[in-house]
Amino acid sequence: MPKDGGIGASSKRREDVRFLTGAGNYTDDINIHGQAHVFFLRSDIAHGTITGIDTSAAQGMPGVVKIFTGADFEAVGGMPCGWQVTDKHGAPMQEPRHPILAHGKVRHVGEPIAAVVADTLEQARDAAEAISVEIDELPAVVDMKAAVASDNVKVHDDLTSNLCYDWGFVEENKAATDEAFKKAAHVTTLELVNNRLVANPMEPRVAVGDYARGTDESTLYTTSQNPHVIRLLMGAFVLGIPEHKLRVVAPDVGGGFGTKIFHYQEEAFCTFAAKACNRAVKWTSSRSEAFMSDAHGRDHVTKIELALDAENNFTAVRTETYANMGAYLSTFAPSIPTWLHGTLMAGNYKTPLIYVNVKAVFTNTVPVDAYRGAGRPEATFQLERVIDKAARELGVDPVELRRQNFITEFPYATPVAVEYDTGDYHATMDKVLELSDRAGFAARRAASEAKGKLRGFGINCFIEACGIAPSNLVGQLGARAGLYESATVRVNATGGLVVMTGSHSHGQGHETAFPQVIADMIGIDESMIEVVHGDTANTPMGMGTYGSRSIAVGGSAMVRATEKIIAKAKKIASHLLEASESDIELKDGAFSVAGTDKSVAWGDVTLAAYVPHNYPLEDIEPGLEETAFYDPSNFTYPAGAYTCEVEVDPATGEVSIERFASADDFGNVVNPMIVEGQVHGGIAQGIGQALLENCSYDENGQLLTASYMDYTMPRADNLPQMDHYVVDHSCQTPCTHNPLGVKGCGEAGAIGSPPTVINAIIDALQSGGHRVDHIDMPATPARVWAAMHG
Amino acid sequence: MYNFDVETPGTVADAVAAIGRDEAQALGGGQTLIPTLKQRLASPSVLVSLSGIAEMKGVCMGDDGRLCIGGATTHATVAREAAQYPALAAMASHIGDPAVRNRGTIGGSLANNDPSACYPAGVLGSGATVVTNTREIASDEYFQGMFDTALEEGEIITEVRFPIPEAANYQKFVQPASRFALVGVFVAKFSGGVRVAVTGASEEGVFRWSEAEAALSSDFSTGAIDGLSLSGEGMISDLHGTGAYRAHLVGVMTKRAVDAAA
Repeated sequence: MPKDGGIGASSKRREDVRFLTGAGNYTDDINIHGQAHVFFLRSDIAHGTITGIDTSAAQGMPGVVKIFTGADFEAVGGMPCGWQVTDKHGAPMQEPRHPILAHGKVRHVGEPIAAVVADTLEQARDAAEAISVEIDELPAVVDMKAAVASDNVKVHDDLTSNLCYDWGFVEENKAATDEAFKKAAHVTTLELVNNRLVANPMEPRVAVGDYARGTDESTLYTTSQNPHVIRLLMGAFVLGIPEHKLRVVAPDVGGGFGTKIFHYQEEAFCTFAAKACNRAVKWTSSRSEAFMSDAHGRDHVTKIELALDAENNFTAVRTETYANMGAYLSTFAPSIPTWLHGTLMAGNYKTPLIYVNVKAVFTNTVPVDAYRGAGRPEATFQLERVIDKAARELGVDPVELRRQNFITEFPYATPVAVEYDTGDYHATMDKVLELSDRAGFAARRAASEAKGKLRGFGINCFIEACGIAPSNLVGQLGARAGLYESATVRVNATGGLVVMTGSHSHGQGHETAFPQVIADMIGIDESMIEVVHGDTANTPMGMGTYGSRSIAVGGSAMVRATEKIIAKAKKIASHLLEASESDIELKDGAFSVAGTDKSVAWGDVTLAAYVPHNYPLEDIEPGLEETAFYDPSNFTYPAGAYTCEVEVDPATGEVSIERFASADDFGNVVNPMIVEGQVHGGIAQGIGQALLENCSYDENGQLLTASYMDYTMPRADNLPQMDHYVVDHSCQTPCTHNPLGVKGCGEAGAIGSPPTVINAIIDALQSGGHRVDHIDMPATPARVWAAMHG
Repeated sequence: MYNFDVETPGTVADAVAAIGRDEAQALGGGQTLIPTLKQRLASPSVLVSLSGIAEMKGVCMGDDGRLCIGGATTHATVAREAAQYPALAAMASHIGDPAVRNRGTIGGSLANNDPSACYPAGVLGSGATVVTNTREIASDEYFQGMFDTALEEGEIITEVRFPIPEAANYQKFVQPASRFALVGVFVAKFSGGVRVAVTGASEEGVFRWSEAEAALSSDFSTGAIDGLSLSGEGMISDLHGTGAYRAHLVGVMTKRAVDAAA
């Protein structure tokens, strides 16, 4: 029976009422009396030396308040990087200065050079056109291997090379891994590209800086996934504003997908300029600006090798990846191809030896950082593609090759430094094969062939690591931040609750799901619970939302705070009931004395806490408000198995996805409807990466896909019909180390689906006699057709 | 956008007079011009909207049996009302999305002559006549290359007249991002012969595939063009497909159009 409330119920998303009826409050909806607008003059040259900026003609133009250039920011810090990676020789990564406005050089198309603050946006734009910028153009470097092979073009003159770091993991395993390849009965090798993507949240980025001269307080309203992180980074490392004088608010945010984690120049600029101009300053990104200023995602070039023994057991994996950093280090960029990528290279398999080498490279492109999945899709794609290729080379069933190598005993310590607490990979494989009716595939292939189409079946497994933690470990790995989460639970006198969470919701549905948990714990209706997030002024210091961490880490903090609330409420109840505290039971919103019919309602206890006339004041304080910080002891490890069936039109190379099925193990599930929506959306983005999306630069560093005319977003008709777009989460091995037994579901779809699609396309082409081993994403009609006729 | 004034004349004569002034620019449905203005890539001082001219709107049958479409008629109207020419109506119904079809006009599309637009293929493939405020221009003379037409400065397309073929069909293979035609082929079979017009493919804009026309005129079947192929030379080559791929698609789409029309 489906529940109608609490954990496990598909409660409807209460926030959707305001989102869908135009009653949301997004950052662009915020307008402050007297605010000015900023227009950023951005570089249209990928690489060059700035020899002069003349703003004199623009200064006196109508409405102009103030014009800023890089020289105005010499006294403040550059954009900080939140993670330091140590290379394979023990040296720290090369970390270039990242100015708020370009200073000396421009290093990518879209880099801001000057900023005009004016009464209106149009006036700011008019004045920006009157600014004369002289740039001596330098050759640009876009290709990562070229950037590393030669220092002819250096993105940063003060660094020794374009190599940010050369990371080996686990370095101690390298010799043994090499040895295993020498002894292997079979080695499969694959070179591939994980295509550069632009996140494209529906809401572009917005920043509004405000300054109160009377109190010397700055406020930034911004489209962020983690306002506390922005406050800490911008206050402490960029502008030098103490946190008690700085408030950061991220109100309703229209999608993030990772690209709104990072601290951006425009945020620091608007905060700085508001004080400098003594007026609020607003910036709303245009879609064109978003393409060239939002951090991009993925962009890896990889060679992976898989060694097998004579019985087809995996004996070793070796990979070499070039990871594009772009022109500067975005906030968490160095961690993505390393700790969020190398640690996943075991996948679902008991491969005993793994060695991962990653070369992070500076190029004259937009900075690259986390995008839904962040490192884990890149790991999964290469591993699952090479396994599929190995199965074909060995003439064995790709399902059976995977099953034979599955990890089956937990906890399992991988050779890449993580320990999986729990899982059941055969269960998700069984489930997805049942859901996808693999047995009926042959008949469906025959039907496709009868109409002149090729049909392929793709299988894929994945594991991800969510809720990155614990803080003391990530600190050793180079994180310059903690990775706990916080919650304050404030109970009101009349029994309602407000949860002030350090997590942030930008589409995930926290306002619905979090109350479901508390409703179950106390036994009250979900409608009595409200979630507050996104404002540093009224939430405890928290790390925000990314990496599928909110319910696993933020939810756990909320559980801990609620446990404290319940413990205190029991003390109050024991006083009211004149019974021993150990005899008090909480059930269905009432406290009762075990074995008696004496009870007191939740609301009477909460009222007593705030109107303490009959109250044990000598033992406990009045009030009912508790805070908890939760620092997990391990990652969580969601895993799953996905299948896809494609039809390929051999005349045009066009691929259509006919069926898709996913069987995920997310541990316990709080709201099945929200989870299914997350997986549907994640798969849609993964299909976007596999078939459609590609951020492309030419050799001069010009962005070729700078609008939706050339950058292909997935649309409804690119996805299968809903009755063949099946998502399942019934296989559940609860997480062993958090109080809810949850694992996180936000990224799974985007991690698991790209290799599934490509595996299916290769299967289709092979069935048509085309000896195609691999197609790089996106598998556009032109690429598929070229592969067939290559 | 830069600032500009807008005029909305009610007659062709008033529109011609308004456009004749300095820095004036005719505005059809605005599906190309408005984005251009938003990017500040054009700065006319006056936009002369053609959307208020009743005599330039609507679909009707002429006495000579030709389908007449006013220059300011939207794609949505053509899709809905050009029932006498189903292949043309179907083509119009797949241009852009509903918002584009409710604003974009046939005259605007033809005056712009985007190399990937659908209407140039429909007009050239039909052997239609472009009527302006000053003259009638045969489609074979009208299209002169990418974004280039026979229109003179200040000339307005008031109407397009389509002879109705015995059979016709348009096949579009879309560019995945913009969903303009990566290759679009319009095939029309008349008693006097077959016309095949191709959009999206050539660096010279819309063109007639004369070998296919000849083959199909003697045998209107897919088999007739089996041995024919185009060279990728002179075809558009970009992120979404090489010239060779486009040349190949012209053959595929032509066959599909013949199949659908026959």
